[in-house]
Formats: sequence, C-alpha cells, structure tokens
Amino acid sequence: MTIASSSPPSRLPLGGAAGAGTKSRTRRARSRENQGDGRLAAVFIAPAMLGFLLFLLWPTLRGIYLSFTRFNLLTPPEWVGLDNYVRMVHDPIFWDSLTVTVEYVVINIGVQTVSALAIAVLMQRLTQSAVLRGIVLTPYLMSNVVAGIVWLWILDTQLGIGNEIIAGLGADRIPFLADETWAVPTIALINVWRHVGYTALLLFAGLMAIPNDVYEAAKVDGASEWRMFWRITMPLLRPVLAVVLIMTVIGSFQVFDTVAVTTAGGPANATNVLQYYVYGAAFGRFQFGYASAMSVALLVVLSAITVLQYRLTRAGQSDLG
Amino acid sequence: MAAVADTTTVRRVRRGPSFGKVAAWAVMAAIVLITLLPFYWILRTALSSNTALAAHPGDVLPVDPTTGGFERALGLQSAEEAIAQGGSGGGLKFWRYLINSVIVSTLITVCQIFFSAMAAYAFARLRWRGREKVFGLFLAGLMVPTIFTLLPNFVLIKQLGLVDTLLGVALPTMFMTPFAVFFLRQFFMNVPREVEEAALLDGAGKIRIFFRVMLPMASTPILTLGLLTYITAWNDYFWPLMVSYSDSSRVLTVALAIFRAQTPQTGYDWSGLMAATLIAALPMLVLFGCFARRIVSSISFTGIK
Repeated sequence: MTIASSSPPSRLPLGGAAGAGTKSRTRRARSRENQGDGRLAAVFIAPAMLGFLLFLLWPTLRGIYLSFTRFNLLTPPEWVGLDNYVRMVHDPIFWDSLTVTVEYVVINIGVQTVSALAIAVLMQRLTQSAVLRGIVLTPYLMSNVVAGIVWLWILDTQLGIGNEIIAGLGADRIPFLADETWAVPTIALINVWRHVGYTALLLFAGLMAIPNDVYEAAKVDGASEWRMFWRITMPLLRPVLAVVLIMTVIGSFQVFDTVAVTTAGGPANATNVLQYYVYGAAFGRFQFGYASAMSVALLVVLSAITVLQYRLTRAGQSDLG
Repeated sequence: MAAVADTTTVRRVRRGPSFGKVAAWAVMAAIVLITLLPFYWILRTALSSNTALAAHPGDVLPVDPTTGGFERALGLQSAEEAIAQGGSGGGLKFWRYLINSVIVSTLITVCQIFFSAMAAYAFARLRWRGREKVFGLFLAGLMVPTIFTLLPNFVLIKQLGLVDTLLGVALPTMFMTPFAVFFLRQFFMNVPREVEEAALLDGAGKIRIFFRVMLPMASTPILTLGLLTYITAWNDYFWPLMVSYSDSSRVLTVALAIFRAQTPQTGYDWSGLMAATLIAALPMLVLFGCFARRIVSSISFTGIK
C-alpha cells in the first residue's frame, strides 16, 4: 500500500460527513467522535512536538550540516564540503582516540556482561532477595562524577585504601589512573562498578521469564547447576542478552564523564576517548565543524550497532516463542 | 515437636552444604562488599582531617574526626581556615548547587512527564489524521543517541541567549523524550475503553477525561517514570558542563568536578572532596531509601529505552 493510494479515500469521508451533518445529528456526533479530535490532538501534542522538532530533529539535521562547515560559534558557519572528513581521516589523534574508545568498550562490556550475568544467575538460582537487588543497584544511583571521584580516591597511589591493601599484601603500588597502560582498564572497571547492577537487573528480568519447571525437570534428570546454565539458561536468555549487550555497547561508546573527572584524557592522551576529543575540539579549540564531523562518525558507528540490534532481536524472537 | 526437629535434621544431613553453594554465597558476599564499601569509605574520609588521612591512610574508622570537610564543601569556612585544613580556599557553595540541581531536575521531570503524557494520550486515544506517521517519527527519535544532539543544542541555546541559565540547562529535555511518550502511550492504550466511555456518557469532555480519569489511573507508571527521569536529570554532567559557567546555573555534578580540579598545593583535599561527594549523592540515596522497591522493579522495562 502506498501513501498516494491511501490518502484520497481518507479525504472523502470528511467531505461526506460535513455534507450529511445538517441532516443527521447522530452521524455528526459519530463523526465528531471519530475525526473531530484533530484540534484537541493538536493542542495535546503541541508541547511534545515543539520539543521534538526543536531539540531532537533540528539538532540532528543541524549536526550533520555543521559537519560540512567551518564554524567557530562567533561567525556564521562557512560551507567547506568534505574538508572536515578529509581532515578526520588524516588525523592520527582521531584514530588514536577511536582505538582508545574501542579498547575501553571491549574491557568495559566484556567484564560488565560476564559479571552481570553471574550476578543475575546468582539472584535467580541462589536467592531472589529484593534487598540484594536493591544493594547491587545502589551505585547506579550515583552520577558518573561521584563514581569517578570516589574511585580516584580509593585508587590513589599514595593514600588510597586500594593501594594500601596492595602494599599490605607485599606488592608494588599501582598508579592506576596515572599510568598509560592502567588508565583505560581502570576507567572501564570504575564504570563497571556503577553499571553492573543495572545490567544484572535487566538480565534478571529476562531470567524470570524462563519457567521454573524447566529447571525442576532438569534437576530430576540429575543435571548439575553448571550444566543447566549452559543448556537451559544461556540458550533461553540469548535474545535478552543480545538486546542488553548492544544497548550497553551503545552507552559505553559515549563514555565522557568518568574520563573528564579522573584523568582528563591523560596521561599522554592514553584515555583521550572520542567524546573527550570531540568536546575538546568544540569547547577548547572552537572547531565546531570538525567536532560535528567526528560526532557524525560516532553516529554512524552507533547506528550500525542499532541496526544490528534490530536484526538480533528479530532473529531471537523465535527462540522465546 | 520432636518429630519436626527430626525431619529437619534428616533433611539437612541429606543435602549437606554443597561446595558449590558455599562458593556461590561467597561470590555474592564479595559483590555486596565491593558494591557498598566505597560508600562507607566516602563517609569515613569525609569525617577525617586531611593531615590525619595522610598519616593513617589505612585506618578503618575516621581518623582525627572533624566536620571540617563538610564545612568547606558548604562554604562555611573562611579561605584561610580552609587552606590551613588542606582545602583550596576556592569558594564553593554546595547549598547553592544543591538548590540548582533540585530546580533543574524538578523542572525537567514535571514538565517532561506532563507534556509526554499529553502527547501519549493523543497518540493512544484521540483520533486524528497522520497519527501513526507522527508517532513513527517520535519513535525514530529513539535511534538518535542523546550525545549527538548536545553540540547542536548548545549552539541553539546560545542563539536563544539561555547559556548559563537554569532554563538553558533544563530546556532540551523539558518537553519530551521519545521513551517517555512511548512508555505512557503503552499504558494509556491498555486502559479499558469502557472507563472512558462511561465518563463520556456522563458528559465529560476529552480534556476532562485526561485530567480526571487518565492521569489518576496512570499515577503508578507516572511515578515510576518520574523517579527514573529525576535520577537521570540529577546525575547528568555533560550537558550542564557545556551550558553553565557560573554559580547562577551550576548544578552539583559540575560543581563537584570543579571542586576536584581545584587541587590545593598540598595535594587533594580528600576530606572536603568526599564530604562534597556525599552531599551530591545523599539526595539520590534518600530517594532510593524511600522508593527502592519501585526503582528496582522499574529497571526491567527500561530495557526498551
């Protein structure tokens, strides 16, 4: 069905109703109920529509437009075609920051998914205590800024309790956030601390959809917990796991707060993740055009992941049925 | 009595504490510790003095207990006093930022949910041409990562002359989020039509139905959504960082990051910093204390977000 073929008939009843209106009160009443909400709907939808157009659709289009311009915020944007993209492809710092971001995402998502899965399964098979669910969610209520500062203190090389414990065990103190090799994994793990409970609860919700009979039956057959995990839990959770995974990956790519608060991109650009580089280009050097081009690059990566998400969820639906 | 005791002992002997179960509980305990200990450490540090912290970094209890950290965070100490206790002496007024955060988060939550509910009602229960198309457009908005809209939105807020105002911080998320509209529409669609028709027969108009029937019926999902929106707004850092430059519009997250960056020459003011962190985190912890069950159960449906 095309739009062209469907729109003319929809106009006909309107004209008909208006003509018949004088003849029949009931028909007019019915037509008002069916189509007369237009004006009211416009009023009801207006604020949300304004917000949608002004702060979602317009900035999206404008962001793409700005990526083709030179723009320093003070003078009007100047069209430069693909210059920003050419520059991006030849910018070693851009590629470095993309590499750092991917490294961060891999560590962050890898550790977080495995831990969240473990916590979710423990909450399902060991204890379904609501208190426990509340406890694991607590860090999620903190801002990234709070989480970053707390761990900056705990992991401080000289005074942090984390390094006190390490020194107490007889090992060398680790400059977690001041060392080029340690900084990215450390930030990735700080964000695992904040988000793992949230992710675990998402997976837990998926696990609750698996009927308990399946486990009971397997138990009667003498299956171990380990075997049940691989033979029952994993296959049945797969669709939920796929959605959660890709959702968290998209969030993970947007890392900024924790980096800004703990390392500010250092040491020696070791934690210069993409968003941090974009922010620096825009607000540090006032290259809004170039910053927009890099944002578009990230948008493309994230859109590809979103498409993948829809593929996977659709593919996974047959599993649940 | 004896028989009951007998059967329980028998059962316990037969099952026995399996190695796997003990290990599983141990893992769970470790997770709880890692989750909660940082919170204790914030409190312990906030109540210690900076000089004592340097001398006893590993003590479990607060060392040389003092409220100096909180006084510095709240701007109650003079600059000299603050510097003497290891602070930076930079004036930070966390009361001010606390109030700013409350204003911004409340404004965002109340307006966003009210406007989203209005739109959701129009999508779920009003008949108008192009309804499905417009809804599809809103849904497509879910695909745009918030982070992509931040730079262009900053340009817009600057053009509107709202940089460094509380309204500028709140405005982009004040009208709607596609998720809020989607979520509330789902709820309104499931309200039985009979309820609405009964009200119509009583002569109520659709506006009246929305305010007197639909909104009260949706109070539970609205509260749930409101809590999540409030938490998100409260914790946001990137957007306020772009828009606010001075005390007049500075929210807690930004203030906290600035406090962290103001390193005194003697090293970090950990005591003051942890006190400030606690002040920034406390409202959310209190909120969680009141609504823990609802927040926890709300997480399962945010999966579609």
